[in-house]
Amino acid sequence: MSAKLPDVPPLLDRLAAGLEALLADEGRGRCTLVGIHSGGVWLAEALHQRLGLAGAPGALDIAFYRDDLARSGMQARVRPSRLPLTVDDRVVILVDDVLYTGRTVRAALNEVFDYGRPAAVRLAVLVDRPGRELPIAADVAATRLELPAGQRVKLQGPAPLRLVLEGGAP
Amino acid sequence: MSLQLDADGRLRHFLTTEGLPRALLTHILDTAESFSGVIGKSVKKVPLLRGRTVINLFFESSTRTRTTFELAAKRLSADVLNVNVATTTIKGESLVDMLHNLEAMQADMFVVRHAESGAAEYIARHVQPGVAVLNAGDGWHAHPTQAMLDVFTIRRHKGAFEPLTVSIVGDIRHSRVARSQIHALNALGTGEVRVVAPRTLLPRDVEGLGVRVHHDLDSGLRDADVVIGLRLQRERMQGALLPSESEYYRRYGLSEARLAVAHPEAIVMHPGPINRGVEIDSDLADGPRSVILEQVTNGIAVRMAVMSLVLGVAPESTPEAT
Repeated sequence: MSAKLPDVPPLLDRLAAGLEALLADEGRGRCTLVGIHSGGVWLAEALHQRLGLAGAPGALDIAFYRDDLARSGMQARVRPSRLPLTVDDRVVILVDDVLYTGRTVRAALNEVFDYGRPAAVRLAVLVDRPGRELPIAADVAATRLELPAGQRVKLQGPAPLRLVLEGGAP
Repeated sequence: MSLQLDADGRLRHFLTTEGLPRALLTHILDTAESFSGVIGKSVKKVPLLRGRTVINLFFESSTRTRTTFELAAKRLSADVLNVNVATTTIKGESLVDMLHNLEAMQADMFVVRHAESGAAEYIARHVQPGVAVLNAGDGWHAHPTQAMLDVFTIRRHKGAFEPLTVSIVGDIRHSRVARSQIHALNALGTGEVRVVAPRTLLPRDVEGLGVRVHHDLDSGLRDADVVIGLRLQRERMQGALLPSESEYYRRYGLSEARLAVAHPEAIVMHPGPINRGVEIDSDLADGPRSVILEQVTNGIAVRMAVMSLVLGVAPESTPEAT
């Protein structure tokens, strides 16, 4: 039994529009898109191209910054993080597929600050889901979804991009 | 063997490369590859083992190995204690009593170096559940992290293992490094693993290790893609296993000239420390074919990978938070 999930292309249009406004506010030349593995990286790559940004987007795998190693163990495959430019004095725009508890974003913030001291960090997500465990909010969100606690929503990709549900209702 | 793996086949301790499945060895190499990126950041640390305690328990001194384990643990944000048992008396305490005392200090991992074969396994059998043991070299038995950093270095230079011929030259008989390398290389599917040594420096069961034996350096190095020189302990000369250092160098010493028969792009490795002019000529050790210093650097990433894998073993999996 699964709820009807929205299609990704219109959400991507909305996310791109929100990011255009953010880039205008912050100054395009100062901004670097950084996707969080895996869904966030696919989104960052699509958005980077669509927004016509220079260089290449960055990618973060926050596996080494997780706070639950003892509970869930090392992930099967950790992809190296790559930040294309120095982050010092730049506006880092983190991109992820789903914002839920906020723990992934917390880990990503810690990792970004190990590369340098950005001028600011912003957050853009495809899906904003209630259930925050930390004081973290998205600057741009394409949609908001409420789901039962036992269910997860995630992005499948890279082509085509689509949202899927995992886990049953409690 | 099940001592170092849990019911799901995940690493609980790291005592030997013998019998480990290819998938697990590849997982260690892939994880090490990710950790090598940590060195590129301005803060060369990750918080993965924050709050964990690693005790380097060295019954046999080895500054280099201890230092790389210590650096690996610190790069993972663990707290590290160095207990050099070789220079401190145990004062009548039995080994197991000493372990329990150290465990009472909330140790999460022991890195054990010992002159006796099987010492790391003995300790692994006596630690509390949840405490991990890494073998940092025991007698003639095993040195699994050294072997993994060697195969990591090979993979970085050569890619796949299947087409490779790897020649290990020197004192195979007394080498825990060679034994661990051979097990790892065979498990990873290496095309051909050769050992090159005089009869006195080969173990009796050498063919049983799955290697081709050469007593002549020229035939042993022919078309080799990877050449690994082993350290020669000077006491082997006194033990009548070898006539002299100069005779050994003449017959088995590695040099640019002797490597002429190897593959033109062959790399040269050595676990260190080197006896220059005995196992290997300085020009070769410091030359463009040599990856000896890369091995040292890679050792940190590989040890970070093993430490995080053994302390990351969880009884049950929980979904990733977002």
